[in-house]
Amino acid sequence: MVDLSRKYDVLVIGGGNAALCAAISARRAGASVLVLEGAPKFYRGGNTRHTRNMRCAHDAATEILTGPYTEQEFFEDLLRVTGGQTDEELARHMIAESKDILGWIVEQGVRWQPSLGGTLSLGRTNSFFLGGGRAMLNALYLTAEQLGVSIMYDAEVIDLEIDNGMFLSAALKQGDDEVSVRASALVAAAGGFEANIEWLKQYWGDAADNFLIRGTPYNRGSILKMLLAKGVQEVGDPTQCHAVAIDARAPKFDGGIITRHDSVVFGIVVNNHAQRFYDEGEDIWPKRYAIWGRLVAAQPDQIAYIIFDATSRNSFMPTLFPPIEAGSIAELAGKFNLDAAVLEKTVAEFNAAVRPGTFDHTILDDCRTEGLTPPKTHWARKIETPPYYAYPVRPGITFTYLGTRVNREARMLMQNGKPSANMFAAGEIMAGNVLGKGYAAGIGMTIGSVFGRIAGREAAQNARN
Amino acid sequence: MHGTKTLEEADRLMTVCNSCRYCEGLCAVFPAMEMRRAFSDGDLNYFANLCHACGACYTDCQFSPPHEYNVNVPKTLAIARAESWAAYTWPRAFSGLFARNGLAISLIAALSVAAFIFGFAAVTDRQVLLGIHTGPGAFYALMPHNTIAALFGAALLYAIVALAMGVRAFWRDIGEPVDMLTDPGSLWQAIKDAGSLRYLDGGGVGCVNADERPGDWRRIYHHLTFYGFGLCFAATSVATLYHYLFAREAPYAWWDLPVVLGTLGGIGLLIGPAGLLAEKFKRDPALVDQNSTGMDVAFIAMLFLTALTGMALLLLRDTAAMGPLLALHLGVVFALFITMPYGKFLHGLYRFVALVRYARERAQMAAGAPTE
Repeated sequence: MVDLSRKYDVLVIGGGNAALCAAISARRAGASVLVLEGAPKFYRGGNTRHTRNMRCAHDAATEILTGPYTEQEFFEDLLRVTGGQTDEELARHMIAESKDILGWIVEQGVRWQPSLGGTLSLGRTNSFFLGGGRAMLNALYLTAEQLGVSIMYDAEVIDLEIDNGMFLSAALKQGDDEVSVRASALVAAAGGFEANIEWLKQYWGDAADNFLIRGTPYNRGSILKMLLAKGVQEVGDPTQCHAVAIDARAPKFDGGIITRHDSVVFGIVVNNHAQRFYDEGEDIWPKRYAIWGRLVAAQPDQIAYIIFDATSRNSFMPTLFPPIEAGSIAELAGKFNLDAAVLEKTVAEFNAAVRPGTFDHTILDDCRTEGLTPPKTHWARKIETPPYYAYPVRPGITFTYLGTRVNREARMLMQNGKPSANMFAAGEIMAGNVLGKGYAAGIGMTIGSVFGRIAGREAAQNARN
Repeated sequence: MHGTKTLEEADRLMTVCNSCRYCEGLCAVFPAMEMRRAFSDGDLNYFANLCHACGACYTDCQFSPPHEYNVNVPKTLAIARAESWAAYTWPRAFSGLFARNGLAISLIAALSVAAFIFGFAAVTDRQVLLGIHTGPGAFYALMPHNTIAALFGAALLYAIVALAMGVRAFWRDIGEPVDMLTDPGSLWQAIKDAGSLRYLDGGGVGCVNADERPGDWRRIYHHLTFYGFGLCFAATSVATLYHYLFAREAPYAWWDLPVVLGTLGGIGLLIGPAGLLAEKFKRDPALVDQNSTGMDVAFIAMLFLTALTGMALLLLRDTAAMGPLLALHLGVVFALFITMPYGKFLHGLYRFVALVRYARERAQMAAGAPTE
């Protein structure tokens, strides 16, 4: 049984990658640590359950990474996906620290494997967890338990006592009662607010009702809200998030990786007016998959349809939900209540604009359209071989970027600009410091592990002083 | 559409898994799955027999119950595995019999045979009841060597024919050409993979049994059982050669090869099955196909009893207990032989064939040949 009457050195709120890295690092630095995970044991770990890899800089190929990925290249990738909206000092600090994480995380029991089958182009930059995110979590929890970290599940924190930037205690819900938990330092690693549809609607309006939440239903942002209400400085645009286009038939929450679609580059994408709205072949998929959530969110009724033909049917990974199949474009339109004549016209115009080329989905090939708006700049092939197929897609929100501002020590900054006396943040709750917008595969886990490890170490140090 | 509800469920799971693939580093099942986009009955039965039931994919799965996707690969494949064995059974009339009543049937068979042998001997020579027999040929006071050899040779032959018919049916089901088992590279790979239980290690940390903490005990106990069984078989084979080639009759001295091999094997075959049984009762019920428990327990118990009666015979062979113990030991071994084609023993055979196919598929993949 966890002793709630004592005062812990470090209290960690959250239970995912960032929280566990913080707990382990604080415990290894000699602190007594309590982890409060709001979810039940099965759902422990927030969105980490659904992850599969982490992006870390490295100067040479390793057993599982096919080549070097320098700090500079990592930083340039980050600049590109965020359009420069990142805190350069923090980002460079994180990238430098990420090098060491490759080995550190293995010392905590996590195992790597080469890039998964069907995940093109990540083999050099991203390290994959053997067995996936839940396997990683199981290893971290086991290590934390063996080190003597106290862990509670179903442990919902309903209030934080903060005085002038100093954490004093957390109010923990226990049945109908409330228990006060005291600690010398706090690490907030409780995720974003993407599962709180009401909060999303403050920024997105009713469109948010059509969003699907890819991960945990437990990230309701309650800890973030408390911190911001009690003087912590906010960072990030509240509408920015990691959002991808996922199958419209996916469950509202927790559908996970298997609801994604990798078929955009093989076909065209139309909205419910049967019109195209963006260049499907702009860049290779791992560099573009994360923009399609926002693109679909901007379409009427937040829905779109990926349309392709028999030529591409087996060109991408198999999907959980099978594509809807039809013998003609008009029949396909009918299955989604799209205007058949308009869809036929859209496809015909696209086909007419396709220039001859040599198709190769692994490079930026020369298959493109001419005189079409928007263009398809690569991998454009005529959609003319029946049967025809379509996947309906909606915005799938992975996590939100609105968060708490931190410094290099992962220490929260208060609204007056001063560092908090004893409060630290790690993971999605502070991702907005590094990610102003956009996303690059695996970076959420980098933010979690790097800042989790720093936050734990600093919190332990803080508690000793 | 598939032949059974179990295979429908296995297809649903493999469709989920094939669009996820997080588990591909854990064992052979998921890489085999990734070679396909759709799954026939034979494919699913192949996966089921390739699965070593290490449980890691259940513990590592973000979609295992209570998640609404309800992904439980080890249990579903365990059920599919048992059902496939029933479907391949020869003769068909015996299919499913052992899943329900395995332990009872095995014990009744063992005791019946023991009673028959003892009764046969007692009628022939009443001294067997009380007598102390020592020296070469002492065992054959109970029953002449040639009678024993004929009886057990027939039982073993029956088992071999029934097993071969089952493998043939499995073979046809998974749609492999006949030359599969003659590919030396694949055979050697499968022998190494089976001999080391390569895929019972959860991808490196050990298999999962009682909870999410991995461990290696099942693999260790299985090695003791398998190699213990192998040593006992070697002991019997050496003794047979002694008998026919050198006219040296059992029982042999404690230092002689059959006794040394048999003793070492017997120790493994006592500890191994006892450990496996203990692990089985500790196993997370979520991973277990309850309908097969009787069959599983029967095989483990019969192996344990083979070792126990054999070791008791070795220790007490110079006393009046020799007669009854020998009858009992022979009864247990006889029952073990004739129940082999209908129980848990099958897992080794079908898994080996599945491993040969997997090795062959991998080699073909590496050579760039199409697998679909």
